[in-house]
Order: sequence, then C-alpha cells, then structure tokens
Amino acid sequence: MDFASNITAAALFQQVLVGLSRTTILFIVSSGLSLVLGVLRIPNVAHGSLYMIGAFLTYTIAAAVGPGAFGFWIALVLAPLGVALLSFAAERGLFCHLYEREHLMLLLFTFSMTLVFNDLVKLIWGSDYRSFTAPGFLQGSFDVFGLPFPRYNLFLLLIGPLVAFGLWFLTNRTKIGKIARAAAVDREMVGAVGINVSWIFAATFVIGCYLAGLGGALVAPTQNITQGMDHTIIIEAFLIVIIGGLGNIWGALLGALIFGLTDSLGILIWPQFAIVFPYVAVVIVLLFRPKGLLKSTW
Amino acid sequence: MIRALFSAKTLLVAALLLAALILAPQVLPRFYIYLMALVFVTGLLATSLNMVLGFGGMYQFHHAVFYGFGAYALTLLLTKAGMPPVFAYLLAPCCSAALGLLLGLITVRLTKLYFGMLQISLGSLVWALAYRWYSFTGGDDGIHGIPLPDVVYSSTGAYYFSLAVCSVSLLVMYLIVNSPFGRIFQGIRDNPERCRAVGVDVHRHQLAGQAIAAFFAGVAGTLFVTVEGSVFPELMFWTLSLELIIMCLLGGWFVFLGPMLGAAIIVVLRTFVGIYTEYWTLVLGVVLMLLIFFLPEGVLGFALRKAGPAQADPAKE
Repeated sequence: MDFASNITAAALFQQVLVGLSRTTILFIVSSGLSLVLGVLRIPNVAHGSLYMIGAFLTYTIAAAVGPGAFGFWIALVLAPLGVALLSFAAERGLFCHLYEREHLMLLLFTFSMTLVFNDLVKLIWGSDYRSFTAPGFLQGSFDVFGLPFPRYNLFLLLIGPLVAFGLWFLTNRTKIGKIARAAAVDREMVGAVGINVSWIFAATFVIGCYLAGLGGALVAPTQNITQGMDHTIIIEAFLIVIIGGLGNIWGALLGALIFGLTDSLGILIWPQFAIVFPYVAVVIVLLFRPKGLLKSTW
Repeated sequence: MIRALFSAKTLLVAALLLAALILAPQVLPRFYIYLMALVFVTGLLATSLNMVLGFGGMYQFHHAVFYGFGAYALTLLLTKAGMPPVFAYLLAPCCSAALGLLLGLITVRLTKLYFGMLQISLGSLVWALAYRWYSFTGGDDGIHGIPLPDVVYSSTGAYYFSLAVCSVSLLVMYLIVNSPFGRIFQGIRDNPERCRAVGVDVHRHQLAGQAIAAFFAGVAGTLFVTVEGSVFPELMFWTLSLELIIMCLLGGWFVFLGPMLGAAIIVVLRTFVGIYTEYWTLVLGVVLMLLIFFLPEGVLGFALRKAGPAQADPAKE
C-alpha cells in the first residue's frame, strides 16, 4: 500500500477540482433530502432509489432520442421530471394519507417505496449495468497543471451554483417557498391561516425528489448506472444533512463540500480505505457540533 | 411481572412449546430444521433490536451492524486467531457489545432521527470496511467453510444449539426488560425530560441499552455462523436493519414476543416467495405498505387487543 506517496501540488489541485464536482452531485441530491426533512420531517429513504431511477431514465431517454447532444439535453430535462411525476403519484396516492402517523411509520413507508422502486428498476432495466457518454463537447479533458481534468466535471462545477441559486430563489423569493419555510417551523399555524398544508407537503416532496432525479441524471455520464448506486448515495446524503443541520439547505451545501473534498483527497492519501476520511470528518464535526454546523430548521 | 412469567399456565405453554421444538428434528425433514434454526437466529436478533426500539424508544436504524460484527468476530477468532471455540463463542458477543458502546458514545448524544441517521451512516462505515478489507474479512465474498466445533456441525446440532441459546437469551432479555433498569428504560422512552428531572442519567442508560442490545445481536450473529457456516458483508448491510424493523412492526413492538413472530413470518415468507419469484423485495415492500396502512400495531399487538386488556402481555403496561 503506497501510503501518501503520490501527493504533489498538481495532483492535490486536481483532486480538489474532482472533489468539487463530486460536491455538486452530492449537494443536489442532499439538498433535496434536506428540503423534505425540513418541511415534512421525514428522512426520505427512497431518495437514493429516485436518484437511481433518474440515472436509468436518463440513459433510456437519451438512447430513445438518439445519439448526440440533443438526446443528452432532452434526457437531462425529462428524466428528473419523470422522477418528480413518479414521486407525485406516490405522494398523492399513498403517502399523503399517512401524515398524521408517527415519524417511524412515515420513515418505514419511504423504505417500502425503496423496496418497491428497486425491484421495479430490476424489472424494467434488468440487473446489467448501463453506461452512456456525454455529448462530444463535454467529452475529453483539458490540462490543469499538466494533469487531465474531465470537461464534464467542469460542466458540473457550473451546474452546482446554478442549482444553489435556483433553490435560494425558490425558498426565499417565491410565495410557495416562503409558505414551505413557514410550514417547516410551525405547520399548525400555517394550516390555521387557511393554507392547505397537505399540498405544500406534496410540492416540497416533489421538488425534493426532482432534485434526486436531477442528481441521478447529472451523474449518469460519469459512472456505470447500476443496481446498488442508490445505497451509496443515500448514506452519503444522510451524513451530509446531519453535519449540515437537518433541513438546512446551506448546511447541505457545506456538508457536501466537506464530504466531497475529504473523499477526493482521501483517495490521494490512502486509496483502499478512502471511504474512511469523510466519516472521520463527520465524527469530528459532530463531536463539536452535535446538531450540525448550521442551524437546523427543527 | 416476573411472577406472571412463572405462573402455572405460562410455564405449561412454554414447556409444551419447548417439548415440541425439541422433538421437531425427529419428525421434520432437514430443510425445515434449517429454516426453524434460521427463525430462531433472526427472531433473537429482532427481539434484541426491539429492546432498544420498542422498549427504549431509540431509533435504532442500524442494528444489523452488531449482528454482522458478532458473526465476523466469531469467524475471525476461530480462523485467524485459532481460539478454542468455547472462548470464541463467549468473546464474539462481547466484541459486538464493545462496538455498541463505541458507536453509542457518538450517537446517544443525539436524539430520535439524528440518532438513527447517524447510526445508519456509522454502521455503513463498518460495513464498507468489511466489504473492502479483502485480506482480513474476505471482502464481498465473505468467509466460507468456517471450522465449527463438531457438536454443532450437523444441522440437528446447530438446531439444538441455536434453540438453547435463543431460549436462554430470550429469558435473560425478558428479565432485563422487566428489571428496574428496563423500567427506567421504558420511562426514558415515554418521557426523557421527566426522567432527567427525577435524576436519571438518560445518556448512560441509553448507552447501557445500546451495549446490551448489541451483545444479544452479537449472540444472534454467532448463531448465524453456526447455522450457515459462513459470513458475508450483507449481514451488516443497512437494508437488513430496516427489514428487522419491519419484523418488529409486523409482530408488534410493544409486545415482548412480537418481533419473534414477525421474524418467523418474514423468514418463512422469504423462503417460500423466493421459490416462485426473484422479486422478493417487491413483495416485502407491498407487505410493509399494507402493514402500515391497515395493521400498524402488528399481528400480536392486534391479537392481544382483540383478546381484551385482561390478557394483555404484562410487558405492555
């Protein structure tokens, strides 16, 4: 095991960039989780499955439209919407009848959705892995201090701030965002002033799931799309929202940054057990701030 | 409460049940013996989870990690350390309890969902390490052909061993749940603030609960190795933990024997559904949805409520 033998300034910089693009995906997925956690107060276990479905849908749509940039863009738009539609159906059809129940039941219900979704993915797409490539102008890489950096990762670095801005705009500048934030703090009061809380919950849930689908769609060209990709992401997203502060979107951004960077730098230091580093970071954060870095909405 | 356990009626039922279970290997085919042993193992595991989940009110979302850890501890003690089986069997659950303490030190400072989500995450780290550390744990293949002592090598031997250990463990857990410690534990579940106000050290009790539950999960882990003869990382995968919660829910988690029943139903269902279709998790998901909608108190909880409050399980009060 070559422990910390290949660290150079250029490699370090390259890994920071890789970590930042990983952060984008992590942020998009975990902000969706955090949004649902903040307003509905449920850790949506099915979030990872929706991410996986988003990736598979991207593959299928891109393959159906045909090769080239057009198929990719169509897929990038349609796949998250498909995921959002699926979550809308699940929420209105089943989930919304359970809001009066205790938290554990709601959590278990999202777990049952995970079980059903995962087997549906197996039914529809089979157990093989899929892969597809980004359009030409996003392929290849360019040099950063003599080391290659994939163009697609640069694309991700641009998307991340865009999504963050969109979320900020949604939660701070639109009426539904303001109502949702109010519902997160005091749902009885929001109901008392005549707002249909159930529909606010539905909207939040769907937006959160949309973000899971978007994350899946964005990650699709960078890795193999397989069964089991849901498990990794949901655990990572859980950790990120815990260190960020439950329900706090900016906390999710901060958590994703910590997670993405420790992960990618860890690969440089100790490749086989790189997975340990983000966890160590999480434990350290929690030792000092048990409730997360930023204020939780609870 | 303790007296209720040892009343003539309960003793008679328990003795008859035990006699039937002891005689079972003489009449049943080998496959069913294996299946029943698996039910004991899983039932013991689910009951140990329920000690902290149902009676302690802690969101124990990743209980399977202690189970898998116990199984790995036994295996490694037998194969790598070459320890005498008796000591290995005694030491392995203690390893689980130590892990329970270690994770508990980090997690019990948090409450409810925070606790549960952090436990899932930290437990997944343990899983990931077992999954990747090829030279030590065998990686994702696990370890097969574990040299077990001759007594438990045959399927009948494994059956009797797991029956005995499971019965003793259940009895001990029942006594713990009904001990002063168990009462305080249930008090913490119902109202942690008030417990703190009357001078109960909530965190220390929860930590002790973690260690005890992890210990019995480790016992179940050693039994799994005994029955199956192998270990693999799926034993501590987080979906198994959530499946265990389903077992508790299915059986009824305010009743002591509820999780046992839930585990029996799930294990048997999985075995027989698995014959017809590979989409077992789809079936499990639908079962869980139906359960949440129509039977949230579990099979045993429902039955006891129908039977009337007079016959309710003493542990339910």
